[in-house]
Parts: sequence; C-alpha cells; structure tokens
Amino acid sequence: MAVPLEHVIALSGLLFAIGAAGALARRNLIVILMSIELMLNAVNLALVGFSRQWGDVAGQIFVLMVIVVAAAEVTVGLGIVIALFRNRETVDVEDASLLRW
Amino acid sequence: MSAAAVFFYAFAALAVAGGLGMVLNVRNTVAGAMSLVLTMVALGGVYVLLEAYLVGVLQILVYAGAIVVLFLFVVMLLNLRGEAFGPERQGFAKVLGVAVVAVLLAEFVWLLPGAFGAPATPPEGFGGYRAVGLALFTDWLLAFEVTSLLLLAAMVGAVVLAKRSIE
Amino acid sequence: MVSEPHAYDVLRWIPALPLAAALVHGVWLVLVRRAFSRGLVVALSCGSVIAAFALSCLAFVELIQLPESERVLSDALFTWIGSGNFSAEAAFRLDPLSAVMTLVVTGVGSLIHVYSIGYMDEDHREDRGFQRFFCYLNLFTFAMLILVLADNLALLFLGWEGVGLCSYLLIGFWYSDRFYAYCGSKAFIVNRIGDFGFLIGAFLLFWSLADAGRPTVAFHEIREAFPAIADATVRLPDWLAFLPGAPDWKLATVIGLCFLLGAAGKSAQIPLYVWLPDAMAGPTPVSALIHAATMVTAGVYLVCRMGFLFDAAPGAAATVAWVGGVTALFAATIAIVQTDIKKVLAYSTVSQLGYMFLAAGCGAYSAATFHVVTHAFFKALLFLGAGAVILAMHHEQDMTRYGGLRRYIPRVHWVLLAGVVGISAIPYVSAGFFSKDEVLLSAFLADHIPGNRWLHAIGVVTGGLTAFYMFRLFFLTFYGAERASRDALAHAHEPGAVVMAPLYVLAALSVLGGYLGPSEAFVPVDDANSFGNFLAPVFAHGGHAAHHVSHATERWMAAGATGVVAVGILLALWLYVGRPELPARIAASAQGAYRALWNKYWVDEAYDALLVRPLVALSDAVLYRGIDAGLIDGAGVNGPARAVRALAAGGLKHLQSGLAQGYLVIMLVGSALVVGWLVG
Repeated sequence: MAVPLEHVIALSGLLFAIGAAGALARRNLIVILMSIELMLNAVNLALVGFSRQWGDVAGQIFVLMVIVVAAAEVTVGLGIVIALFRNRETVDVEDASLLRW
Repeated sequence: MSAAAVFFYAFAALAVAGGLGMVLNVRNTVAGAMSLVLTMVALGGVYVLLEAYLVGVLQILVYAGAIVVLFLFVVMLLNLRGEAFGPERQGFAKVLGVAVVAVLLAEFVWLLPGAFGAPATPPEGFGGYRAVGLALFTDWLLAFEVTSLLLLAAMVGAVVLAKRSIE
Repeated sequence: MVSEPHAYDVLRWIPALPLAAALVHGVWLVLVRRAFSRGLVVALSCGSVIAAFALSCLAFVELIQLPESERVLSDALFTWIGSGNFSAEAAFRLDPLSAVMTLVVTGVGSLIHVYSIGYMDEDHREDRGFQRFFCYLNLFTFAMLILVLADNLALLFLGWEGVGLCSYLLIGFWYSDRFYAYCGSKAFIVNRIGDFGFLIGAFLLFWSLADAGRPTVAFHEIREAFPAIADATVRLPDWLAFLPGAPDWKLATVIGLCFLLGAAGKSAQIPLYVWLPDAMAGPTPVSALIHAATMVTAGVYLVCRMGFLFDAAPGAAATVAWVGGVTALFAATIAIVQTDIKKVLAYSTVSQLGYMFLAAGCGAYSAATFHVVTHAFFKALLFLGAGAVILAMHHEQDMTRYGGLRRYIPRVHWVLLAGVVGISAIPYVSAGFFSKDEVLLSAFLADHIPGNRWLHAIGVVTGGLTAFYMFRLFFLTFYGAERASRDALAHAHEPGAVVMAPLYVLAALSVLGGYLGPSEAFVPVDDANSFGNFLAPVFAHGGHAAHHVSHATERWMAAGATGVVAVGILLALWLYVGRPELPARIAASAQGAYRALWNKYWVDEAYDALLVRPLVALSDAVLYRGIDAGLIDGAGVNGPARAVRALAAGGLKHLQSGLAQGYLVIMLVGSALVVGWLVG
C-alpha cells in the first residue's frame, strides 16, 4: 500500500464530514443531493482501503453495490426535485415542509 | 516518500478541494457540480493507487461520467441561478449539526493512530476485472441480481416522477 | 319448638306468580315500548295475585291440618349464597305467623288490584302508565311475599329491599312532577337509614352466633342457637357511658335496637316516619296497599319474628314499646288538624303502627299481629274509600272543599263509615275494638317495661284522639255545609262497580274481622281467640308468664277506653256538625299549639336544616367539586391529559418541523451515538 491505512481512513472521514456539513448547511436541494453523493464516495473510499488492507475483494464488490445504489438514488432524487420544481418553482428544501405538525 | 505516496496526497488534496468547492460554492450550482467531478476523478485515482483498478475505472465512468452529468442536466433543465432563498429557519439546528460532525471527525481522527496493523499481501490479480468479475458472478451473484431490480425500480420511478401528467 | 317441617312445593308459586306477571309486563314494556290492551294487563296482574291468594288459602288449609306442634311447611329451592360453612338458602317457610301475613298480603292485595282497575283507568297521561302501574304492583307483591315467606334473614332482606324499591317506584309513579319524584326519593332514602340498622343488627347476630359455633341466618336455626348467646354482653365505648346500664350492655339489646332502627324505617316510627306523609304523593291504591296494609307492617313482622331476641333483651323491648307509644300519640296529635284527607290517613297509619310496636315491645306479639290484620282491613278500606271521594271530587284532596257529600256519593259514605267505625274501636262492631283492646291489655300487664301504666294511658288517650280525627274526617267530608263549588258537585258521582266491590268486601271485614280473635271476656265462647291460639306456637318462647286478669277487669278496662273513644266521637260531632264555626275559633285562640300541629312540629324542617342541607352542601362542595371533579377528574384524568398535551404541543411537536435538514441533524446525532457506543 502506498500510504498507511490510517491516512486513507482519515481522508474518508474528512470527505464524509464535508459532505455531512454540506447536507446540513445548504438549502439548495441539488447541492444537498450532491453532498450526499460525496458522503457515499467517502464510504466507498473507506471500503476500498479496507479491501486492500486485508486483501479481500468483497470490499470492492460492496463498492460496486454502493455505486449502483447511489446511481438509483440520484435518479429518483432528481426526479423528485423536478417534480417539486414544477409545483413550487423552487428548490429550497425549507419550502418543502408541509409534512409537519 | 514513494511516488505512490506523493500521488496519493496530491489526489487527496484535490478531492478535499473539490468537496469544499462544491459545498461552499453558493452562487454557481454548475461550478459546484464541476467541483464534484474533480472530487470523483481524484478519488478514482486514489482507488487505482489502492490497487482497486476496476472500481477506479468504474468510479470515473459511472460517477463522474453519468451521475454528475445527470446533476448537470437537471440544473440546466431547471435553469437555476444562484441561491436567493428566504430567511433561515433552522439556523440553530444546523450549527449544532455541523458542530456534531466536527466533533465526530475530531474524535475519529484522534482514535485512528495505531488502530490498524500492516497490510496483507493481496492475491494475484487483486483488484483486476477478472478477480472482481469472478467474485461478483459467483459469491455475490444474488446481490448483483437484486441491484438490477433496484435499477429497474429506479428507472420506473424516475420516469413516473418526471412526467408532466399521467394518462 | 317445632320438629321437622313438612315439604310443600306449592309455596314457591305464591311469590312466583306475581313475579312472573311483573316480568312479563316489564320485559314487554322495555322491548316493545307499547302497552298491552288493558284487559290483558288486568287479567295477567290481577289474575296472578288472586291465584297467589288462592294458593295461600290452600297452604293455610294444609297448615291447619297439621297437629299444632308441627305447623311448619317449607319449600327449599336452591342455595343462594354458599361460602364455607355459611349458606343462605332460597327457601320458604310457612308457619302460622307467615301464613297470616301471606293471607293478608295476597288477600288485601287482590282487592286493591281489582280496585286499581277502576281507579287507574283515569290515568290517560301516558298509555304505558296503566301497565307500568300493574307491573310495579306485582313486583311489590312479589317482594313482600318473599319478605314474609323467607326462612332466613338474608332472603328476608331481599324482600325488605325489594319493597323499599317498589315503594319508591310507586310513590314517584307520576314522575314527571318533580315533587312526586322527590317524595319517592325521600321514602327510599329514609328507608335506607333503617336498612343500615337492619344490616348492622343482622351482622352482629350472625357474627356472635358464628363465634359461638353456629353460623347461620335461618330463623329456626337462630332461634335454636340463640340461648348460646342470650347472655352475651358487649362493652360500650367510653363516650356512651352516660347510657343506663353502661358500660356493659346485653348483646341482645344492641341487636334488638339495630333491628328496631330498621323496623322504624320501614314502619314509619319516630324518628324515621317523615317519609310516610309525603308518600301520599303516589296514587291512592299505592297508599292503601303499601302504606297501610303491607309494607309498613314489615317492621312489625320483623320484631315478631325476632320475638325471642326481644324477650331476652328487656332494654330493647322497652325501647320498642316506648317508641311505639310515643309515635302513636305524636302522630295522632298531628292528624287532628290536617286538612288533606290522605295526610290524615297517613298520620293515622303512623299512629296505628305505633300501637303495633307498643304491643310487640310488651311481648304480646300475637296482639301486635292481630292489630296488623285488622288495621290492614280498615286502613285499606279508608284509603280506598278516600280514593273514591277524591275521584268523585276530581282529584280534590282538601277536606275544606268537601262537605255534605253524603247526598252525592251515598255508597261511598256508608263504606267509609264502616272504615271509620273499624278504626275507632267501637265495641263489637269494629275490628279495631278487639285488636286494640288486646294491645292495651298487654301494655297494662307488661310490668317488666318501666312506665307501662303510662303507656297504657297513652294508648287510651290516643284511642280517643283517633276516634276524634277519624270522625272529624268523616263529618267534614260527608256532613255539614257544602263547601265545594257548584261545578264540582255537579260532577260528583259514585264510582263504578269495579271500584265499589272491593270496598264492600273490606267494609265487611272492617266490621266483622275482629271476630277472628276476640278475647274471651267479650265473646264468652271457649277458645274464642282462635287467632291468638293459632299463633301461640310461634311465640311460645319463654318470655313472661302471661298475667291473667279476670274477665270482669278486662271488661271494665275496655269500658274505660271506649268511654274515651265516645268522648272523641262526640267532640267531633259537636265541632264539625253541631257548631262548625268553633274549630276555627279554637284554632285562633290557641295559635301556638295549632301552628305547631299544623306544621307537624316542624320535624321535616328540622331534619332538613340539621341533616339534609349540611349533607348536601358537604357532598356538593367537598365530595363532588373537591374530590370528584377536582381530584379525580382534574388530577387523575384531565391532569395527565393536559400534561401530555403540554409536552407534545410545547416541545415534542417541534421535532416534526417538516424541515428535512432538522431530521438529518437528528439522524447524525443518533448515528454518532451508536457509532460511539460501538467503538467505545
């Protein structure tokens, strides 16, 4: 391995934190979805790192599954964004708050 | 420091920069999407460095090449400019959330040193298309089939959601 | 003592028939909500009671065919309450006392049922009224028969409560008038106070018998086992030390006093008589049946039944006698100024019941029972006759608006004369004469009761007062100036045959009924007192050796009493026929006394102020508002509800803001915790 596993995991954690902060702090739905993608990528990185650490290809299979799921999720998520935009003319996540008390 | 390590840190820096660029970019959503592409590609490079060749290629092909493109399609379809939203309603919760994330990260990093031992030697052909493909179609066949169903569902969902009206 | 009773299955049908009729009426009315045709109602109700009377006669015949020492018929149905070595059976027992009571209840009851056909025909207020009335009457008859036929205290109490309930239902029969409903409630509530006494007495009795090793509530078994506890004493608490005979009282005395409280409630003696005058709010047949002939005699029946206990408790017996005597005089004084015809009769009933208690307290239980029987005859007659007058005068009950009705309703006049004569104890022509004479004699001879000669005097004076107010009623109604309006008199007419027939029967009984058990002093035939002889085995329990007085003395005493009665009658004649303006002037000159009597000594008002109002205020303020509404509803029920609501609306709802990023925060915090736990 090029670098110790700790560094890979640290990078993964950092990317995850950035993605989480972005998902929390931004109001644009599309940016939120992109932040979620970032989080998923961070997880993929960690998986690949572990896969290399223990020489087990199952980690990479897992990564493939995550990619597939991410793709599906983005598809449907953006479909929702389009539907929301058609009805509300906005992609502000705080305007989509009808399911409340 | 070996060349691989240098490349790793370079790609890591790019990935973080791209991530920050996406999250912090308030005005231009397209630029944010492009930052994301940068991150994806950088991560693809990291995967290759970690001997996960097939995954790395697929990362670039699928993520950078399809998913982010999809984002761009939607951004352009909706013709979004910058964000001009109303007053913030959940400021406190968000600050709290970000703080939690930061604390989490710090704790995470603090726990890391010495957590792992030396890496094992990977078997012959590790990370290549042959190894991954064999594993995918033998040990993990069920997962493979199920994900294809998932993709079908996603396709149907996307079509239905984006239609203008249901006849 | 009596040996093994003979089984007689017919007994169960005597109460069962009226019950069946009541159930049919009740179920029909509740489910179908329309009434039968009146003919069917009458056939069912009157038929059942008349059949019960026929069966009672059969049972009586069966009973007298048995030798004197074995005169008990029994009918055991099932074990009603069984627990360990205690059991209360649903079983009936016909001994001479119950036989007499049963015959009175079913016989007089049948006559009143027949009378009601004509009387209640007028009630067009609601069509179900007619059937509902007969349903309740049948239910009452059932309960009363259970009471008199029961072979144990528990079953008797069932009947006791049942008659109380039916009394409430029937007094408040026209319940749409709030006042009538209130009268019903008053009767029930005052009765309940008595019931409390009954229950305490019963519990004490059972408890002490159980301690002595014989846990039972059956009368014959109690009687057998009673000697074991006859001398037991109880220690009174310190705050009762002022009572005579303190600090140790005989247990029998305490039990006797408790039963006296119960009997006083049911039989309207001091201090629980206040419900009876107000019970006149019910229809007149109800007053006749329940408040003259049957229910109010339940108290006397209880005392006679437990006669062996009172014989062992001279304190209680003396109390019974004095309560009876004082009540008799007290009620008679109130009756002499009342103007509502039914109120006069009500107070008269209270007074006559006092006579019965007087006799029972003096140990003369058969005399008391005899007076029950004769009283049933003439009081029922008086009430039914008064009912006929009220009907004729279109529901006018105020005697000051009567007067001279003899010309308009002559048959009612003659029938009521028989009743008035019956109650006034005129020698040889009234049933009351023979029975009252026995009562007075027993008082005179009961030297074990302190002050018994005073009691005798009270009895004689009350007899005079009774004659006075009864003839006053008679003269005010039928003689003198016609004070009613032209219109009312024009509509006054004799009631029909259905109403008059029972009255004729009762009139005959009022005059001749006394010959059932006259003392040999008056009818010099051997064993003339068949009534007393019939009942003797029931009351043959130790007690006091009967003094005998010579027949001559008895005749002189009767003559004295009759003299007082004659004075009463003549006074009434003079004041209400001869010089009708006098009563008003006497009342005016004795203002204070008159007002006291007119206002019934303000007893009702005193009870109201001392007991009812504070209790109602306490219940309202403390029990209802404080505890029920405030504590239970407020803190118990509404409190938690409000707390939950405050919690949810105040705090928890903000978690469901609909804003996705808030949810995301919570998810992150949660997963952080989980991960932390997993790692740590």
